[in-house]
Amino acid sequence: MSSWLRFAPIFLLLLIVAAMLWRLANPPDTTVHSQMIGKPVPQFALAAAVPGVAGLSSAQLADGKPKLIHFFASWCVPCIGEAPVLDQLKKQGVQIDGIAIRDRPDELAQFLARNGDPFDRIGSDPESKTQLAFGSSGVPETFLVDGRGVIRLQHIGAIEPGEVPAITAAVEQAR
Amino acid sequence: MRAAFVALALVLAAPALADSDMPPAYWANRQLPNPQQEEQAQGLMQEIRCLVCQGESIADSDAELAGDMRDLVRRRIAAGEKPASIRAWLIQRYGNWISFRPPTQPIGWPLWLAPLALLIAGGLLAASRLKRRRAK
Repeated sequence: MSSWLRFAPIFLLLLIVAAMLWRLANPPDTTVHSQMIGKPVPQFALAAAVPGVAGLSSAQLADGKPKLIHFFASWCVPCIGEAPVLDQLKKQGVQIDGIAIRDRPDELAQFLARNGDPFDRIGSDPESKTQLAFGSSGVPETFLVDGRGVIRLQHIGAIEPGEVPAITAAVEQAR
Repeated sequence: MRAAFVALALVLAAPALADSDMPPAYWANRQLPNPQQEEQAQGLMQEIRCLVCQGESIADSDAELAGDMRDLVRRRIAAGEKPASIRAWLIQRYGNWISFRPPTQPIGWPLWLAPLALLIAGGLLAASRLKRRRAK
């Protein structure tokens, strides 16, 4: 047996250890990206989540204007921190529709009273059905839907204040 | 004394809320009345990845969203939909990642061929060594 072949197992071991160390230093991305980007919004028709605010259906989305579809909930803690950012987007002329996940009308009304209500319409999704149809996996998540009703962008997690210009630019581009 | 106080405080502390306080979806933890349909649903639920506890199937996961996914699977099976079509619906939204039984793709071929290649290499190695010993 040639001498270098004798050391092959050790090289192999070193290779495996190096691969493991690399993975430990670079943990994989565990966020779940929707495969629905570039596709029309899935069919849905949601009842109003709070009295006095309209519900939301997929048929209303292809109205020529881009808008954000925001998945949130009154029990979602990061959504509280995100509320001022949504207000800022609203003030800059971005239309925002909400989909409330597994929520109760009274608790949602309280949440909106306390944290502000930038939503034109809020649909109630008590069993996460519409969320699953969008390929979304948690709250808060935000989708940009263009005027033809096609999903253009998914933002996972709360929108940070620094991300507002990028979002408004994407909305402008979807016009 | 201080340890006891800390322990007591921990007992009284409320857990952070990461889930809603709504009850689970109707079919989340309920079997379908038709045993064949329930068997179909179970088979699929064990092969669909939970979006929250990503190493677990939705059949095993306690996450609320996994419950909602079990509800979705059972409702669709009860309505007569085939498990393959429900799996395809989920893959369309989340990619092959969502299924624990992804389709065979060219990138996965080495994985299937590796045992065969190792077996052949081992056989050749053994054959050459045996031959050498016999020659001695």
